[in-house]
Amino acid sequence: MNPKLKLEQLNIHFGSSHAVKDVSLEFPANTVTAIIGPSGCGKSTVLRSINRMHDLTPSARVTGRVLLDDADIYDRKVDPVAVRRRIGMVFQKANPFPAMSIYDNVISGYKLNGRVNKSTMDEIVESSLKRVALWDEVKDRLKSSAMALSGGQQQRLCIARTVAVQPEVILMDEPCSALDPIATLKIEELIDELKEQYTVVIVTHNMQQAARVSDFTAFLYLGELIEFDVTKKIFTNPAQTRTEDYITGRFG
Amino acid sequence: MSDRVSVAMTDRRVIKGDTIFKGIILALASSIILILLIMIFEMVKESLPAIQKFGGRFLIGREWDAVQGEFGALDFLYGSVLSSLLAILLATPLSVGAALFITDIAPRKVGNFIAPVVELLAAIPSVIYGLWGVLVMAPWLQQSIQPWLVEHLGFLPFFQGAPYGVSMMAAVFILMIMIIPIITSITKEVLLAVPVSQKEAAYALGATRWEMVRLSLIPYARSGVLGAVILGLGRAIGETMAVTMVIGNTPQISLSLLAPGYTMPSVIANEFAETTSKLHASALMEVGLILLVVTLIINVMARLLIWSVTRGDTGARA
Ligand SMILES: Nc1ncnc2c1ncn2[C@@H]1O[C@H](COP(=O)(O)OP(=O)(O)OP(=O)(O)O)[C@@H](O)[C@H]1O
Ligand SMILES: [Mg+2]
Repeated sequence: MNPKLKLEQLNIHFGSSHAVKDVSLEFPANTVTAIIGPSGCGKSTVLRSINRMHDLTPSARVTGRVLLDDADIYDRKVDPVAVRRRIGMVFQKANPFPAMSIYDNVISGYKLNGRVNKSTMDEIVESSLKRVALWDEVKDRLKSSAMALSGGQQQRLCIARTVAVQPEVILMDEPCSALDPIATLKIEELIDELKEQYTVVIVTHNMQQAARVSDFTAFLYLGELIEFDVTKKIFTNPAQTRTEDYITGRFG
Repeated sequence: MSDRVSVAMTDRRVIKGDTIFKGIILALASSIILILLIMIFEMVKESLPAIQKFGGRFLIGREWDAVQGEFGALDFLYGSVLSSLLAILLATPLSVGAALFITDIAPRKVGNFIAPVVELLAAIPSVIYGLWGVLVMAPWLQQSIQPWLVEHLGFLPFFQGAPYGVSMMAAVFILMIMIIPIITSITKEVLLAVPVSQKEAAYALGATRWEMVRLSLIPYARSGVLGAVILGLGRAIGETMAVTMVIGNTPQISLSLLAPGYTMPSVIANEFAETTSKLHASALMEVGLILLVVTLIINVMARLLIWSVTRGDTGARA
């Protein structure tokens, strides 16, 4: 079976600086892939190329191909908006819409598809919040502001908002870095469930987290892909010494 | 290190300098407030004869007759309020559009060029706007725009009567042009203050540019923009020179925008030098007092709104 998502010879420049060099990667459907590496190695930059977020940065230039179901999302005929509806993204810092209620936040992305009736929206809000295990905590105050939630709850709300759009791929950029261990654990459990339905790519600084949640792991260093393999292999018997040095904490 | 700090803290000279500095600042700050209070007090005092003679009738009276000694300011109030409100109504969408264009739509280079140009417009003295209005815009309105409006929309009460050029419409347009720079530049600042994470949130959900504006920018910037609009309103209602030059200075209440009108600042500017009686002067002063109160209220409202945004009332916390 072809991979859900495939990077081919991906190169990313910011002005004259070459941030990502010749990265090729495959992400099979319904798996979780972790991208690890020291700060500044290009993890976020790779991740953001997968839903064309770099289109918003004038100085960024992306070359190579990113194939979603074998179609290049950087093809001239492809609309980046359509790409982003299929490839959702969760950010490092929870970013709910502050002026909206919990309910409106969850449905905000879905509503972009056009007019929807109330009962459909109710269903989607409920099922999305249940997916992220937030429903029981907020079901009695759906109309109150999203800003009243804790950091961990806000992050789960953002995941619910992404899930509500019904994408095929979910990208997560250090989704737990601002959360305490319990909130982190909840999100990790959630990622494990998400892969039944979605293909997940997660950037993380936390080795244990990568080992716990992912099926595959890619190790980036200075913009280059050093090693990509089954997570278990990377963490027990890496092929490259640089990978081993990094995961054992000898640098980075 | 900590030694030196503690020495400095007890250094008599430092403390003394600090006290003097504080005193000067305090004196300066309170003198500004004092000047304002004295001004208001003086204005109230000078207005007293008119206030005592006409009472509430001053606000609803339409007679303005220096010879008979009968003064009512309704026509001026009407002219000021109508011209400012219409100007704001037209200027707001244009300014918000311009600000969005500068911050989020135009390529950065274009935006960086337009922004200072727009701000430069705010620096043009209003007499120049007035001159341009009366020499260029008014004839143009009279010859092309107003006849067209009379012919095609003349069935509406707003576009009836002979086109003079010089009119309420001319005042509205000139005010609109004059307040666009203020609203645009404040709105621009407010939009730039919207965190990137908010924009990314919308885009990552598959929002188009306009949907991003609707989801992220507008809710976040709403009260700041409202503050900018109110500040523009304050400027419009107090504007004297340019309006006096193009509005026609005829006290009347007409629904038609083609008809001339009169505003509060204009009547003060036109008549203060040739007051015929104490009562006349006092009536003008009362007009000024009304104007001052209206502008103060508008400004306080605007500041409160802008302050609530910068303080993060609508959720700068995230
Ligand atoms: N918008 C940008 N403009 C210019 N350079 C950028 C931009 N974004 C990233 N870079 C550069 O690209 C390189 C990779 O950055 P990236 O954010 O992808 O690192 P990262 O691996 O995600 O690091 P971290 O773990 O700290 O988040 C860095 O050298 C960074 O300076
Ligand atoms: Mg990063």
